[in-house]
Amino acid sequence: MSDEMEHRTPVSLANVRADDPHLQPAAKNPRRVEQVIGLLFVLGIACFIGFAVTYFLDAPAWTYGATLGMGLFLMGVGQVAWGKYLMPRGPFVEERHELASSETERSAFAAAIVDRGGGTVKRRRFLFGLLGGGVGIFSLVALIPLMRSFGPQPKGTLFKTNWKKGSYLVDSTGRRVQVGDLGIGSIVTVFPQGFENSENGQAVDQTVLIRISNEDVVTGKGRETWGPHGYIAYSKVCTHLGCPVGLYEQQLELLVCPCHQSQFDVTKAAIPIFGPAPRPLPQLPLYVDASGNLRSQNGFDQPVGPGFWERA
Amino acid sequence: MSTEVNTERTKKQALGPYGKLGQTLNELDDRLGVAKGGRTFLDKIFPDHWSFMLGEIALYSFFVLLITGIFLCFFYTPSQALTIYHGSYAPLVGQRVSEAFASTVNLSFQVRTGLLMRQMHHWACDIFVGAIVVHMARVFFTGAFRKPRELNWTIGVTLLTLAIVNGFIGYSLPDDLVSGTGIRIAYSIILSIPLLGTYVAFFLFGGNFPGTDIIQRFFFIHVLIIPLIILGLVGAHLFLLVRQKHTQFPGEGRTEHNVVGSPMFPVFIAKTNGFFFIVAGVTALLGAFAQINPIWQFGPYVADHISYAVQPDWYMGWLDGALRVFPSWETVVFGHTIPWEVTIPSVIFPGIIFNICYVWPALERRYTKDYALHNLLDRPRDRPKRTAAGVAMLALLGMTFIASATDVIAHFLDLPLNDVLVAMRILIIASPFVAYPIAYVICKELQGFANAGKRKTANIVSRTPEGEYVSVSAPHYEDDVHNELEAIPVPKFVVEPEIPESPGGVRTVPR
Repeated sequence: MSDEMEHRTPVSLANVRADDPHLQPAAKNPRRVEQVIGLLFVLGIACFIGFAVTYFLDAPAWTYGATLGMGLFLMGVGQVAWGKYLMPRGPFVEERHELASSETERSAFAAAIVDRGGGTVKRRRFLFGLLGGGVGIFSLVALIPLMRSFGPQPKGTLFKTNWKKGSYLVDSTGRRVQVGDLGIGSIVTVFPQGFENSENGQAVDQTVLIRISNEDVVTGKGRETWGPHGYIAYSKVCTHLGCPVGLYEQQLELLVCPCHQSQFDVTKAAIPIFGPAPRPLPQLPLYVDASGNLRSQNGFDQPVGPGFWERA
Repeated sequence: MSTEVNTERTKKQALGPYGKLGQTLNELDDRLGVAKGGRTFLDKIFPDHWSFMLGEIALYSFFVLLITGIFLCFFYTPSQALTIYHGSYAPLVGQRVSEAFASTVNLSFQVRTGLLMRQMHHWACDIFVGAIVVHMARVFFTGAFRKPRELNWTIGVTLLTLAIVNGFIGYSLPDDLVSGTGIRIAYSIILSIPLLGTYVAFFLFGGNFPGTDIIQRFFFIHVLIIPLIILGLVGAHLFLLVRQKHTQFPGEGRTEHNVVGSPMFPVFIAKTNGFFFIVAGVTALLGAFAQINPIWQFGPYVADHISYAVQPDWYMGWLDGALRVFPSWETVVFGHTIPWEVTIPSVIFPGIIFNICYVWPALERRYTKDYALHNLLDRPRDRPKRTAAGVAMLALLGMTFIASATDVIAHFLDLPLNDVLVAMRILIIASPFVAYPIAYVICKELQGFANAGKRKTANIVSRTPEGEYVSVSAPHYEDDVHNELEAIPVPKFVVEPEIPESPGGVRTVPR
């Protein structure tokens, strides 16, 4: 076996002599490596100084990261090289000490718990029961107000929107939508008047208004009057996970949800024809009043948005 | 003159051979008794293998997260209150945005190095979770989770879960259009949990979506609660590591009862500290040159707005992909809706995955009846079933991850969206069943090569004076890393008849 191989036999740190080859650096030419590491450190320090300079010069944002990052990187490479090439190359060996205790210690430990502890409990079963019950009741009692203070109970909130009988359809600026406003194939997001700027209105009441023809549109049974003059309106809240169903594929007359690609057939009561959405988008029944404003005949006939336990 | 020199010398002698520092250490030991334990700690041996670095990457990116995160805290306002933006980013001026969004844009553009800190924080998070996953894969494939280290594996899985959750909450904080959509999806996922969903969602958000509380609550969870738990668990993880000592690959002089490598001080300290600098440096360079999460381009969150190609951060991709491909199975029973199409892919599926991770060590113990203590690592090819199972899991998660980009793939490859989605459904279901046997066969094949993973060496053919040709393979390269990694010999199932040694010069051929 060569000398080189012999040095690779691990030794214990405790018994190592000062002249042991294991304590020699790994580098063949330590002087050279020292110079390179020195250069890396000098460059790193230069980068750090560069960081301070760029900061005070208010240089472009990327220069901060470039100087700081390069400085850290160079200093890091220098340190790793120092550890790898100039420090004792080893390898060293260390014995593992068994984690498990002796048999006597083990049984003494078990005895302390089972005999001393268990005995105490067994003798005062009643007290122990009371204590356990007390702690249990305390945690329950402590939990309830903590949970209840965090928010209101859902109650009927998820079943309601702000769409009422006769609500005006307005766009996001609050302008009432009139019967002549949209061309065929156009789409606009509408809200019940008065809620277009409220967070709740934007999140819950958002509705897409699409004009698909000039004639009245019937999307399904019982919906004969819901689509006057080719206007139809669906809740914009996806029935899958509540994303706004914002993409309208005009030629196929599909509403597409950009989040998980559910597709709803606009002409057939927005039934989902592909993707993970389980239910059609609820349709808002519309009518045109005497002055040509689009208004809702009523609110949605079902909760909007994704499914939840209480929903029938 | 000479007396002065003598006093100096006597002073030095009084101090002992280690001078003032030695004196200080003695004072410290008088009070705390640190000498014995400290010496043992400094002498602690760390095995040298590149794969043991992966956990260090995770640790150091966590430090980067803490440092940059503290910086960001000074400038961020955790509030959903609306305000009009008047900052230096012209396209947004005059828009109604939340204070959270405005403060994030302001700290990016008006605070010097603010943008760097924000981008470093985001990159460090992506690296953190990535490093944990790769570290976990290393631990899994080499069997480092076996007895006595099951508890540390459990802590590790918990850390991964917490890192993913905190990552999600963190990128939700700027309240921009993309992350707001993510919060909306999270709300709907919570809503989908049978029986409790609506209550949990209402208590967490303080009412129906979006409410006014969630950003503030997320902030508190993100900067205090979860980091504290992570910090504690990281401490426990490292404590157990020191207590149980490192595992090591089998090799020359390495047994179940020792550790071979470099000592803590000074070798490991130098390397690991340098490595911390490198991780921080690379993160800073990424922060400088690779833009991440430019929220000013997405705009503020408005509940009825949406953008195309909404993808979460990478570690949430597998959940998003699972949601995309899952069919629309909703059931209504006794007047109650159970949205399986949400609950299964986003609650039950990750629940199963993480629970498999948690119970794997116990499962393997039971299945292999191996209750022994293990300090030497397995080479993955020597445990083909475990390796194949791990590969199958990675294949499944990899496919669901790819499925989170169905829209981008369809757009990029100019394919119909629906076809891509159907293809992804098939690929996701098929991937583990295809990956398992392939990985298994590769392991089995690798077992046949005694020198797999090593560089090829020359065959030295020499001719003896009698005219016999002898072929001997040259010794392995000494700097070949795998030289130290002697694999466990593969058991021979075929008993080969021993060829009796023949006298030189005559070749006997068994018939």
